[in-house]
Amino acid sequence: MGMTYVQKLLAKAVGRPEVAVGEVLEPGVNLAMSHENGALVINQFLEIYEGTGREAKVWNPDNIAIIFDHRVPAESSKTAGNQKKTREFAGKQGIKKFHDVRGDVGGICHQILPENGYVRPGYVLVGTDSHTTTHGALGAFAFGVGATEMASVWALGKILNVEVPATIKVVVNGKLPRYVYAKDLILHIIGRLTAQGANYKVLEFHGGTIRTMPTSGRLTLCNMSVEAGATSGLIPPDKETLRYLKEEAGVKGKVEVFGPDADAVYDRVLEIDAAKLVPQIACPHTVDNVKPVTEVKGKKLNQIVIGSCTNGRLDDLEVAAKILKGRRIVDGTRMLVFPASWRIYHKAMDLGYIQAISRAGAVVCNPGCGPCLGIHQGALGDNEVALATTNRNFKGRMGNPKAEVYLCSPAVAAASALTGVITDPREAK
Amino acid sequence: MSARKVVLKVADDVSTDIIYPGRFMATVLPAETPMFAFADNPDFNKRLKSGEIPKGSAIVAGNNFGCGSSREQAVSCLKGYDLLIVARNISRIFLQSAINLGLNIVICPEIEATEGDELEVDGGKVYNRTTGKSFATNPLPKARQAIIDAGGLIPYTRKLVLAQRPSKK
Repeated sequence: MGMTYVQKLLAKAVGRPEVAVGEVLEPGVNLAMSHENGALVINQFLEIYEGTGREAKVWNPDNIAIIFDHRVPAESSKTAGNQKKTREFAGKQGIKKFHDVRGDVGGICHQILPENGYVRPGYVLVGTDSHTTTHGALGAFAFGVGATEMASVWALGKILNVEVPATIKVVVNGKLPRYVYAKDLILHIIGRLTAQGANYKVLEFHGGTIRTMPTSGRLTLCNMSVEAGATSGLIPPDKETLRYLKEEAGVKGKVEVFGPDADAVYDRVLEIDAAKLVPQIACPHTVDNVKPVTEVKGKKLNQIVIGSCTNGRLDDLEVAAKILKGRRIVDGTRMLVFPASWRIYHKAMDLGYIQAISRAGAVVCNPGCGPCLGIHQGALGDNEVALATTNRNFKGRMGNPKAEVYLCSPAVAAASALTGVITDPREAK
Repeated sequence: MSARKVVLKVADDVSTDIIYPGRFMATVLPAETPMFAFADNPDFNKRLKSGEIPKGSAIVAGNNFGCGSSREQAVSCLKGYDLLIVARNISRIFLQSAINLGLNIVICPEIEATEGDELEVDGGKVYNRTTGKSFATNPLPKARQAIIDAGGLIPYTRKLVLAQRPSKK
């Protein structure tokens, strides 16, 4: 019987000709990623070794990455303390894939990993962050785990008791219309699947729309797959994957790629005609509460956010800059922009995007998670409404349970900044 | 068999942002996280902190409990009050972390209970003493049983570390 992409990947990882859905494996881990919560992982890791008489040494420092992004620069002495502890641990253990608070190599973990060539097709990749699903865009089986699970990975070099997941095949064909992007596509998919529709399963993306989509859009798709409950979102690698790895991620040498079997068995097939999509909005307070922009336009906004691991990439900033250039963000609405990495920030400066966005009145902040999870900058006041290109709109998400968050693409966000209300970019003047 | 009183009933899709709001994420120690459990539900949070809610009480949840962020504080904060979670189903990362940390969880797809009801968990079912109805439970993943039996992932991994040959250094 044919295997899906994740089945083939896991079979290779454990060195077997085939694996069946539901089988329990303990694959070796190619990359284990943490951010500020590395401080908790360290606690749990040291506790494992307590009383054993063994030295607490990670299995392989080259397979571990730690990126500070959630609260950079530190917003409190507590965070500064956690970062200090993690920095010292990384140094002592010889962890070189460590990205500190820096304006050259810093950024959001889910951008730092791909842009530095840390992710390869076929990898088993775990991260103490639910949006680790992002890296399926490059053909890795990438998923989020808790801090204690990560401590176990640091000790053993493998992840325990992974059940081979069933796969939902998502086939997307047709050309995305003007002002409709990967973000609108994934919001539409989450709306159809619901927040738990893919629980314990993975999404595998296929079709002409995906094949012609650049890696930046694919990262957005896989990033938000977790919002339908998926363990991972996966795109079988192709020419574009190899182009990205070589041209943008600086990967040298041969990259081995494979795809699912033609007779693979899928749990379910979801077919989507991209040409029929319109800009989508996820309304409060669940990500699956998705409506076409036409149903929510006119909603008054206090804050607009462009950025995050979902939509802080160069083409996202380009879309925003083109809409905002030479215009002025309306009074009464504030706009915050968080590029996903400093590499992107610098490219956006070279191309004039940062200047256009800033001169329009947006506050361009340093790369990082920013207000997405309400712990650093850009918190909301009572009864305020935000429109954001981030990935979650849960109650309290942007730092205030009495506020509302709507999710959208960078085009909707930028067009709305000029009007102060949710605006359909297709109708913008 | 001691009964567990339902002290909170929540709907479907309760995210870890509800259980442990992101703004408290700089706090990581299991000894400290309980003070922020359900922090955006100030009344419930206060009752937990004051000890008005006895240890071992139950939360009844709908589908997809613990969805969203992988933050483990959402598990350790509930574990601090020795709460029992009876949910229709549980999101993947939360379930895994709950097993790893030894939080008491029961997956009970048909559970019907309201606040104030008394529940007994025994032999693959949840008995609602107040309504007199019984509900079947789903077993926890078999593959994780060894971790449950070891008392959590830390002791389990410790055993595996000790079984490895000591490094030569």
